[in-house]
Amino acid sequence: MDRLRDKIVPVTTILAVLVVVWYGFAILMNTPFQRDLDRRAGETPGFAEFIGKTLSQPKPTLPAPHQVAQNFFENTFMRKITSNRSLVYHGWVTLSSTLLGFAFGTALGILIAVGIVHVTALDRSLMPWIIVSQTIPIIALAPMVILLLGPFNTPAIVTKALISTYLSFFPVAVGMVKGLRSPEIMHLDLMHTYNASPSQTFWKLRVPASVPFLFTSMKVAIAASLVGAIVAELPTGAVAGIGAKLLIGAYHSQSIDIWAALIAGSVVALILVGMVGFAGRQVEKSMGGRPA
Amino acid sequence: MTKSTSTVVSARGLGLTFETSDGPVRALSDVDLTIGKGEFVSFIGPSGCGKTTFLRVIADLEKPTDGTIEINGMTPEKARESRAYGYVFQAAALFPWRTIERNVTLPLEIMGLSRAAQKERVKRTLELVNLTGFENKYPWQLSGGMQQRASIARALAFDADLLLMDEPFGALDEIVRDHLNEQLLELWRRTNKTICFVTHSIPEAVYLSTRIVVMSPRPGRVTDVIESTLPKERPLDIRETPEFLAIAARVRDGLRAGHSYED
Repeated sequence: MDRLRDKIVPVTTILAVLVVVWYGFAILMNTPFQRDLDRRAGETPGFAEFIGKTLSQPKPTLPAPHQVAQNFFENTFMRKITSNRSLVYHGWVTLSSTLLGFAFGTALGILIAVGIVHVTALDRSLMPWIIVSQTIPIIALAPMVILLLGPFNTPAIVTKALISTYLSFFPVAVGMVKGLRSPEIMHLDLMHTYNASPSQTFWKLRVPASVPFLFTSMKVAIAASLVGAIVAELPTGAVAGIGAKLLIGAYHSQSIDIWAALIAGSVVALILVGMVGFAGRQVEKSMGGRPA
Repeated sequence: MTKSTSTVVSARGLGLTFETSDGPVRALSDVDLTIGKGEFVSFIGPSGCGKTTFLRVIADLEKPTDGTIEINGMTPEKARESRAYGYVFQAAALFPWRTIERNVTLPLEIMGLSRAAQKERVKRTLELVNLTGFENKYPWQLSGGMQQRASIARALAFDADLLLMDEPFGALDEIVRDHLNEQLLELWRRTNKTICFVTHSIPEAVYLSTRIVVMSPRPGRVTDVIESTLPKERPLDIRETPEFLAIAARVRDGLRAGHSYED
């Protein structure tokens, strides 16, 4: 009941408003081309007929929601998943390098954070560079990575994953530095009175204290990973993946395909973030978290 | 109370100066104090008098800048390394991700005790603080008083003879505090531990202690040491006896003499 009132109603309301606005703009934006078509064909359709036509163009400037939905549905559920028209197939290609990049990024981020927290020299020298690294636009970096890795014959999935890594290690590193430093002075004093070794303090205090920070930053990291994987597909000339689908759609002005691919990307992002959130809640529960 | 012969804590000319951005702050100055085995010593005084600092020096959480201090004949560092004391902080400071049982086993895990020995110790210490049955609860499921009892159990778990308590009941309401004071006395009688107890409550200090160390600030120093004449057996209503009130009055006088009531 509360969930209905607090979440479902407000979110659906916004969705409904968006769909209405979208239809409005679809009509508006497809009107000039439709007028042009009608003029050449010498037709003078009535108002309702004209509206209908603006919403059913094969390559509209802005596809109507139902066109995108239909395309998305057909290409997701009606095709064999091995077909290169299947969004599940393209989604999987992107997903696999996202997950690989996310795994690399999380591992790298944790490693950097552990180093920063334990080695003063790294704390002073590394952090500014990590921040600078994120100011470089990924779209500029991706082609360079591909060029650099060219001679090594790296599989495409690894190349793409490395670009995802580049984006996803950052939130994990920053979050984990904060998390590993989150224990209260009193808890650290307590470990000192027990004459605990640095590794005991690390495993029994710093690591458990950092877990909530880890999951929060992993949520950001996995979304960044997906962006990285999609961006990486653009300059690699990839033939498969959501990024490739977007690019091919753009070449051929297949606006409906582009939008459907976009939706597919969003669905993948939702699933990924949802999975990390779910895992986070399970871990929190197993660590005695207070039910919210 | 008969004076015991063996010395647990002995401080001579102890001083500690903190270097702050506003210049040096004399937190402790010229403290001479000997605490014998089995004593219950309270440290009382206004904030800034160095009572907590003194406890932290014993625990090797602060390094003195003058004088000497020995715990069981060792330096504080050696004493800490040999786990000579259990420390109870102002807050329970339990790890929220561990159950009460696993919080109490924390020091035992660090010491490397076997699982079986851990189990046995936890059972015994939780019994001592009346928390049997709460082993698998998480800290947030317990009241403030119970959490502080769990933290006392944790300090008792590794069987150190010395218990250092830094205003352990300061954040609790008076009814809970009375109850915990009673339980603490009972525990002290049963275990014969040496307890150093920091407080800013005169009745609490008088009720619990065999000796009361009155301290005063700027610089933090000992102004009076009062031997309690109360018997070891102390029901709560002992606090209305003339004897109790007389000791309380002496403590108050000591605080006044140290200018503790002035600003």
